[in-house]
Amino acid sequence: MNISSISLAFKNCKKEKRPALITFTVAGDNNKKNSLKILNSIAKYADILELSFLHNCPIADGGQIQNSTYRSLKNGTTLKDTFQIAKKFKNDNPNKPLILMGYYNLIYQNGENNFLKNCKFSKVDGLIVVDLPWPENKKFAKKCRKKSINFVQLLSPTTSKERMKKIIKDSHDMIYYISMLSTTGGKLKVPPKKILENYSKIKKINKNKNCVIGFGITNKSIKSFKSSDGVVVGSEICKEITRSLNNRQNPVTNVSKIVKRLKNKIL
Amino acid sequence: MKIRKNIPLIDQHDKFGFWGGKFGGNFIPETLKKPVEDLTILFGKLRKNKKFIKERDYHFKNWVGSPTSFIKLDNLTKYLGGAQIWAKVVSEANGGAHKIYNATVHCLIAKKAGKKYIVGDTGAGYAGKMLSMAAKKFGLKCKIFMGAKDIKRQKPNCDAIKKNGAEIVPVYTGSQTLVDAVSECMRYWVSNCDTTHMCVGSTVGPNIFVKICGWSTSQISRELFVQIKKEFGRIPKKVKLLNCVGGGSSSFGFWNEFMHYNKNQVEFIGIEAGGPKKSKRHAAPLTYGSKIGILHGASQYVNQDFEGQIEETESISAGLDYPGVSPIHCFLKDTRRARYTAATDEEALDAYKLVTKYENLNPSLEPSHAFAEAIKLAPKLSKNTVIIVNSCGDAHKDRDILRQRLGKF
Repeated sequence: MNISSISLAFKNCKKEKRPALITFTVAGDNNKKNSLKILNSIAKYADILELSFLHNCPIADGGQIQNSTYRSLKNGTTLKDTFQIAKKFKNDNPNKPLILMGYYNLIYQNGENNFLKNCKFSKVDGLIVVDLPWPENKKFAKKCRKKSINFVQLLSPTTSKERMKKIIKDSHDMIYYISMLSTTGGKLKVPPKKILENYSKIKKINKNKNCVIGFGITNKSIKSFKSSDGVVVGSEICKEITRSLNNRQNPVTNVSKIVKRLKNKIL
Repeated sequence: MKIRKNIPLIDQHDKFGFWGGKFGGNFIPETLKKPVEDLTILFGKLRKNKKFIKERDYHFKNWVGSPTSFIKLDNLTKYLGGAQIWAKVVSEANGGAHKIYNATVHCLIAKKAGKKYIVGDTGAGYAGKMLSMAAKKFGLKCKIFMGAKDIKRQKPNCDAIKKNGAEIVPVYTGSQTLVDAVSECMRYWVSNCDTTHMCVGSTVGPNIFVKICGWSTSQISRELFVQIKKEFGRIPKKVKLLNCVGGGSSSFGFWNEFMHYNKNQVEFIGIEAGGPKKSKRHAAPLTYGSKIGILHGASQYVNQDFEGQIEETESISAGLDYPGVSPIHCFLKDTRRARYTAATDEEALDAYKLVTKYENLNPSLEPSHAFAEAIKLAPKLSKNTVIIVNSCGDAHKDRDILRQRLGKF
């Protein structure tokens, strides 16, 4: 079986003895053109890129990502646009893994099979569906696997050990550990040490699974997670776009700068 | 799709929480899986626990003020000249609406779960007001999430919430109404589920919240069943139970005890909010054939665009101003046990005027939608037909809107 570009990305990072840097941006933020420009420019530093498709009732997103989402919706970004941004990005960066992230209603309305067809067409490497937990996601995850699209399972501090085992068993090349009880971008209310303790519990169940840590990770805290397989930064980036717009600065160069800074912290 | 006999409707879902195989479920982030599961287990135990039922009934009787009265609207009946019109005056309940049942039960559950904090959403402000009342009574700290638009238009209820010592968290995202309040409340719960209990204000949300709310409001039909028997000696041959439907908590509670009667004998009619007369926006997903989608953790008929973005709704009544509807009502629609129709803002206002002109009753804008349908139906029906409207809220909260639209209150 061919090794997925996501697995490959983790492998390369391990060679360099550092965690993978995973960025999160919202499709079409602050507009379609810049959204693609941002992806292209941060691809230099990021190992895996997450791009969210928009939903206007996001029940797990914090303020920063909500701001980005509503800004993009206001500009009229559609699911079709999202796939186009993804496709253009993958054309320019064929080896860089791109993961789409969002809420299930958009997939449901598009039709599961049709949605996956669109993913394939845009060369999307993986999917995170925030509100389709295990075991409800088993059928869809299988469909993804058939199409060689990575379905990323989520684990959280409330997930019991028994449940973890089952989820990890059904997981593909990457697992996402939610660092704390929070929406995205909340203040890190748990000490990194405690988060890493939970993280190592997951690794103990299966050390070969690539597990990334996300939620509340910023320029300040990223260094503490150097020993993990990967770290996700999202709200910090969305916040930078908002800040740039407020100061009439170029969000593309500013975001690129902060992603570079994030990367340097984990080298 | 069929309703089974001898099993409560709230329990007729599959192992994934779907009624009729497709309505409801648990579309929730991983973080909420455990708290939802814990709540499911706890509620499953409590509803079988005689001591807990006794406690609930004690508070319903002595604090909520059960039973609420069941009265004939003689003047309105005479004026319309047709079917008899009756009202179940649920607005007599402590606080002025049916939301008190769900709020009381949730606070009792929160106490049993050892939680010190409780949060809830509100549209018309009734769910929030009742939750703040119950939280105060049972010694829980309370936060209410409410859309900024609703805070403005339902001021009397907001004042009450604050007076009860609860904090109102204004929600400025999206349409700034109930839909956004529910989203924000769920987000808060995601972040605080270890210390905080969440009360969803209607029969919506992840499966267990639909069940708890339905179980609580069913008190209404339990009372009504006894009252009808007492009044008529039996269940009459032609009964029509009319109730407004937003999320669907009062209507489900109003109908539950009569679920297994033939619909030719006891018909359920749900009235959704049609919005302003010429507006394209409405809050009537069942009436106008909206597609199935996922909103707030459950699949249901919901107003949305082709790609799945939830659409803004428009209704004079904040309590009905919601783009989705309870999965259990979707199930009742598709099994044809209930039928659904809509009344416009104008029809609801006219109904309010007529009811208050002829009767000593002051229904809020939500049940005024149901009265609008009763006024339409009654003249066409025989005297033997018994129309019962659930007057589930008091118009006190609507005084600003009524003053503005009718020039008086």
